[in-house]
Parts: sequence; structure tokens; C-alpha cells
Amino acid sequence: MNHWIIAPVVLPALLAPMIAFVMRHDMVLARAASMAGALALAVIAAGLVWIAADGSVHVYRLGDWPAPFGIVLVLDRLSAMLVLVTAVLALIVLVHAMATGWDARGRHFHALFQFQLMGICGAFLTGDAFNLFVFFEILLIASYGLMIHSGGRVRLRAGLQYVVMNLAGSTLFLFALGTLYATTGTLNIADLAVKVQQIPPDDAGLIRVAAMLLMIVFAIKAALFPVQFWLPATYSNAPAPVAALFAIMTKVGAYAILRIHSTIFGPGSDAIAGLPGDWLFPAALVTVAIGALGVLGATRLMMLISFSVVGSMGTLMLAVAAFTPEAAFAALYYLLHSTFAAAALYLLADLVLARRGTGDLRRAVPVTSQNGLFAALFFAGAIGMAGMPPLSGFFGKLLVLDALRAPGQMAWAWSFILGTSLMVIVGFGRAGSQLFWKSTAIPADETPDSGTPGPSDPPATALALAPVFAALGVLACLVAFARPVAIYLEQTAAELFDASAYIAAVLPEGEAEAALERARAGADGSAAEEGGQ
Amino acid sequence: MEALVASAVAILTAGGVYLILRLRAFPVIVGLALLSYAVNVFLFATGRLAVNAPPILQKYGDPAYTDPLPQALVLTAIVISFGMTAVLVMIALGAYLETGDDSINMQGDEAQDRGSDKGDDAEGRE
Repeated sequence: MNHWIIAPVVLPALLAPMIAFVMRHDMVLARAASMAGALALAVIAAGLVWIAADGSVHVYRLGDWPAPFGIVLVLDRLSAMLVLVTAVLALIVLVHAMATGWDARGRHFHALFQFQLMGICGAFLTGDAFNLFVFFEILLIASYGLMIHSGGRVRLRAGLQYVVMNLAGSTLFLFALGTLYATTGTLNIADLAVKVQQIPPDDAGLIRVAAMLLMIVFAIKAALFPVQFWLPATYSNAPAPVAALFAIMTKVGAYAILRIHSTIFGPGSDAIAGLPGDWLFPAALVTVAIGALGVLGATRLMMLISFSVVGSMGTLMLAVAAFTPEAAFAALYYLLHSTFAAAALYLLADLVLARRGTGDLRRAVPVTSQNGLFAALFFAGAIGMAGMPPLSGFFGKLLVLDALRAPGQMAWAWSFILGTSLMVIVGFGRAGSQLFWKSTAIPADETPDSGTPGPSDPPATALALAPVFAALGVLACLVAFARPVAIYLEQTAAELFDASAYIAAVLPEGEAEAALERARAGADGSAAEEGGQ
Repeated sequence: MEALVASAVAILTAGGVYLILRLRAFPVIVGLALLSYAVNVFLFATGRLAVNAPPILQKYGDPAYTDPLPQALVLTAIVISFGMTAVLVMIALGAYLETGDDSINMQGDEAQDRGSDKGDDAEGRE
């Protein structure tokens, strides 16, 4: 048993209370500890990816209880990669929060940030469905605190809405888990994968209910139609670094659907028979359209970016909905891309808004300092988000389109993705020209509105700009090193749909084979029975 | 007994959903509490209902026992929902004191009016 597997959960879990209780009055100390924690997390995550890259599945048994009885953490390619993404994103966001002083505008930013990391890493690593619920709650309760960080009237109201939405979602999660347990008698993901295979199709009503309830819960997290309404209001009213960190939170929902609905309720199980994909696909189509319409209709910069996040989640879920290894590979690549593209845009928007004073896209305000630099960065972020070359959004969308070639899907998916990409380009183009171009026509001394403050902020320091460059740099790296990344992701996707290695690693020796054997025998038996009737 | 438990879950859920749809802070909090009671009772029932049975296998004789796992799950769920309700009450109170209004629903373009610009984007200037 490799104890490093639990380190991404334990490290922030120990650090957060220390920051909250010991360093609460010393900002420098809190920053140093938080930064050290994020750096250590990144190093550990890189190590975990290195361990998992050979395709072995590592299991960490908490308390050394054997698998279906105790809780396990499972490290495979997918979870290792996502923990690394979380760690890198956390580093980027943390540097931004420190450089712009966001962390000093309210209390306990760093403690909440570490708890948030603990919840996200735990959700990626856990191999137990109820444990997944617990880590969801940890990341949510930290996100409630981060969401209303530094307060303000609108932010508190948006935060309240967000909390209520997610509490209702948590209740639904428990109902789903209860149904799952009542039907299968287990909550271990590997054990569930075996047990669900054994359920005869005639007896599948309850397990289908559980599968679809879980789908709704994860769709709330992933902001999928019809439960996407909370995202734009939440993200656009959250502090910008927090919104950038939340870019990985929607991906937790996408990850959960990928993991649960392809490992447990995968295409192989008769009881479910492709039900999740049938519902996910149209929902994702509508989500893509809502995102693009929102980008076109947004009147504020943060709202624009939030709707583009909704649209990117739709594109991602379109690929997930196909439930094939090729599409899952495309989805994973697009997941990496959209996380960093959204983060880059939110962080940049924060720098721009701090100088511009208003995010209103309908009126121009005088040109601010470093206009050209911000315009160039916004351009890079926008083409990344819209999916134009040379950044990774182009590859991501190309892979998604290429994977969706099934006759029933192609016409819908291609027309929606390509059409909405155009709309997103128009929306971002209009926003960019309003923000950076039209303002050059207004003399600096003549403000159109006496209430609007002029460009008084000092130019952004190199440290404040570094996170945006880093996030955009990740997008460039995804292109430059597309080959190794693609090889890793292809293996990850193949692993998702062939759960035998996962099951064999998690369940004790012999038990797994016996279970699979029983499953096969049960399937044959039911087939024979059907034949007999 | 099954009918009793099932109807209890149903009534609690219906009440909870109705209260959440009121979209005012206090009814929503009570509604979420009702929903969490409903789900706790439901989780108990997932281990099958057994009356007067110990949650542990006895070494000799009596094979009757009640499934202990749902009880552990319910315990976790109670703790989590208790904590969450506390956080929700604090945030709702903060939002009410700040805005003087306990409505949960944000109007679509509320954040665009001048007074509330602060929460969105001018925040960076403070």
C-alpha cells in the first residue's frame, strides 16, 4: 500500500485548520503556508501521475479493511491526472489571489482554499460512492465560504442561492445512494460495477432510477441543462480567483459521470442499456446552445465568461454522453483545456475589471493602463475558449467532433458545436472590441458618467500577470505536447471502459474473479431462462 | 410498517419541496431540514426494515439482524446536514441583514443596476 495516495487529502486537511487557528492573524504566515501546501500538493500529484502512468491501479485501504467492507481510495490514470490538474490550477489561482490582494479582503481565505482542495482531491481519488458524497460536501462547504469571501450585497444573495441549490442536490444524492444500496447492497464502486452486471434486465427498474438520480446530481455539479441556472449567477458574482478555482468544480461533476456511469452503469450492463447516454446527449446539446446564447446576450464581462463555461461544459458532456472510449478521450482532453481556459479568462477579467471599474459591456469607458497587453491576453483566452487554432480548444473541439460520428449523433452534435462556436466567437469579439478598442476612442479626461472612476490603478505587476500567462501557457503546452498527453488520455479512456483492472485491484484476490465469474454465470443463466421462455 | 415509513418519507419530501419552492429564506431552510429528515428515514429503510433486531450478527442461533451500514450512513448524513443547515442559516442571515430582503431568488438583471454593481465587478477596486 502506497501511503502517498492519501497525501492529497491529508495534506490540505492538516494545513487548513493550522492556517485557520494558528495563523489567523498573520497574513504573511498564512500565505507562506498555503503556498507551501499548494506546491507540495503539486509535487505529490506529479509523483502520483508518474506512479499511475504505467497503467497499474493502486488501492489505499483506509484502516486496512478489505474492499467492499472498508472505504478505499483508488489511484488510476484518471484520478492521478485530475489531482495534478487541481494542484496546478490551485497554484495559479493562489498566486493571483496573493498578487491582487483578494485573500486579504475577507477572513480565512487560505483555510477555506485548502479545505476546497481537500474536497476536490478526495472526490477524484475515492473508490466509494458514499465517500464521494462526503467529499462533495467538503468541497461544497468550503466553496460556500469562498463564494461569499469579502461579502457584498449581491454576492451574499448569489451565495445563498448557490447554497440552497446545492443542499437540495445533496439531498438528492443521498436518495440516489440509498436506492443504489437498497438494490445492490454495496456502495464500493468496483463492487457496484460487478453487482450491477448481475442484475437481470427484467429487474432493473430501481437500479435505473438510482442511475438517473445520480446523473441529475452530477448534472447539477456540471451545470447541465435543466439544472445549469445556478452557474452564471454564482460564478459571475464570486470573487474572480474563486471563480477560476470553481472551473475545476464543474469538472468534478463531469468526472463523476465519467467514472460512475461508465464503470458502474457502463454500456456493458444490460440493466441500464445505454439509458444515461440517451438522456445526457440532448441535455448537453441544449446546454451548448444556452452557453452560446448567453455569451451573445451577456451585458457584463463576468457573465459572458460564465456562460462560455456553461457552453464548454455542454461540449464536454456531449463527448461524455457518447460513452465510447474515443469520445471519452476527446472529453478528457477538452476537460483539461476548458479548465485552464476558463481560469485564464476569469483571472484576466479580474485584472481588467480592477482597472476599468465596471464590467458593463454596453458602454465604453476611457482606456486604462496596459490596454494593449490586456487586449492581447483577452484575445488569446477568447480564441482558446471559442476553440480556434493555435490553442488547445481547437484540438479539443476537433477531437470531440471526430468522436461523435455515430449516425444519430453526428448531425446534431456537429451543427450545435460548430454553430455555437461561431456564436461564441462573435460574442467574445464584440466584448473584446467594446472593452479594449472602443475605449481608445474616448479621451481619458472625459468620463461619460461622472460615477465611473477613471483609470487610477497602477499597472499590473509581473506577479499579477504571471497566473494568466501560466494558464494560457498550459493551453499552449497542451498543443505543444499533444502527443504524450493524447497517449496518456487514450490509455485513461480505454481503462475507464474496461474496468477489469480496476475491479481486480480493488476487490480482494479471488473475490474479484469469483464475482466476475458469478456475473458471467448469472448473465448466461438469465439468457438461458429467457431462451426457455 | 412499510406503508407507514413510505408515507412518512413521502409527506416529509412533499412538505420539503413545497417549502423550498416558497423561495423565502426561512421556509427554504425549514424545507431543506424536512428534506434531510425524509432522506434519513429513507436511508434507514434501504437496509430493509427489521424491528427489534440487533445491528450485528449473533454468534449462535438467531439469524435475525438489521443491516448496520445504513445506520452509519444516516449518522454521517445527519452530521453533514446539521452542519450545512448551520452554514445556510448564517449565510441567509448575512444576506438578509445586508440586503434587507429574505428572498432567495435573484432577479435576472438585478446585478446590473447601479447600486449592486459593487458585488460584481467593481469589487476589485475596494
